[in-house]
Amino acid sequence: MTHRPGTPPVRERGEARAMGTGAGAGRLDLPGTPIFDGDTSRRGLRMNKLFMSLRDAANRERFLADEAAYCREFGLSEQQEEAVLARDWQAMIDLGGSIFYVYKLAMMDGRSMQYLGGVFTGMGEEDFLAAMRAGGRRDG
Amino acid sequence: MAEVTWGLATSHVPSIGAAMDRGKTDDPNWKALFDGYAPARAWLAEHRPDVAIVVYNDHANGIDLDFIPTFGLGTAERYEVADEGFGRRPVPDVLGHPELSFHLVESLVDEGFDLTVFQELAVDHGFTVPLSVWTPDPGDAWPCPVIPLLVNVIQYPQPTAARCYALGQALGRAIRSYPEDLTVGVLGTGGMSHQLAGTRAGFINPDFDSMWMQAIETDPARLAAMSREELIRQAGSEGIELIMWLVMRGAMDERITKVHSDYFVPASNTAAGIALFDNRPPSA
Repeated sequence: MTHRPGTPPVRERGEARAMGTGAGAGRLDLPGTPIFDGDTSRRGLRMNKLFMSLRDAANRERFLADEAAYCREFGLSEQQEEAVLARDWQAMIDLGGSIFYVYKLAMMDGRSMQYLGGVFTGMGEEDFLAAMRAGGRRDG
Repeated sequence: MAEVTWGLATSHVPSIGAAMDRGKTDDPNWKALFDGYAPARAWLAEHRPDVAIVVYNDHANGIDLDFIPTFGLGTAERYEVADEGFGRRPVPDVLGHPELSFHLVESLVDEGFDLTVFQELAVDHGFTVPLSVWTPDPGDAWPCPVIPLLVNVIQYPQPTAARCYALGQALGRAIRSYPEDLTVGVLGTGGMSHQLAGTRAGFINPDFDSMWMQAIETDPARLAAMSREELIRQAGSEGIELIMWLVMRGAMDERITKVHSDYFVPASNTAAGIALFDNRPPSA
């Protein structure tokens, strides 16, 4: 899976419907906004479980000793394993990662949420941080 | 009978706790945030309740994706502070109030809110940061027993804003029907506008936040009418956490008195808001 900064998150289903508060509403489709819905969560479950396990120091040690083996142990897909090994943060989100779970791996690497913001926006950490300190980013 | 004496709405960004834990509250990037907390902290120190309820969401620490309760309530005697992967925060574990918890569960289930019951739960920054916003130096113990009320805001579909507001109203009735004379503080946590992932990461909407800050006091029904889509569009994908403020607001009276509010950008990637309301009649 390749990552192009500025590309909206991958959708597995082409059809996105507007969503209301009523029953049976479809997926949200807001530009540049990944929605962690049931379908995404199902795709990402094993990878997210791996991230969750990294809260534990012994697991972090085992992961770092052989990352690929650890990924296989958790049953990640080939694409997910590639994304994790390459620290392709955008791909992890696209492949079903929840930002709160992906962040466990980032923390282990000593990466901040501003660093990730720099990756997701394609701005780089420094410019992203400067934009936040200037009051945050706006639509449009 | 028990009564809600105050409501505190506050962001629960982990870096706010980290700034406190690492003694960075006077750092130029943080000082204005903590200065903005001071009047609320001073008032709260004078108005210690018998019990507090913290409405919050877990962030992959106390619970995971195996079970995703839409609403949950803790009934434990004690809640351990979670190790989120970088060591637990240097703050006390939390003492609960099982008697009030079980009363709330029974009352809320009778009203049609079928909450998941947590007899054991490690609480993460979503819970401990609001306690630190309230009480920066707890020493060996927090000011009073605290009960966690969990809301799923991480995985779609989150409960609607209307349902959160209705839960808050039922929570208020449940508190008032408790036979013992207790004063209760309710904390609604999360928000304000922010988005962590996607090309829209870093999104902040000060106009929306300002509207929300005003309406949470004077017109919560307007906020409760908002759809998930509207909330995510206006407040960002993680800004939807603001629905937890509506649980707090619902538990309070129709007319409340603002004690203090403040707004600060950025706490990490988030617009941080605080709003403290007195729930007692103005003459009291």
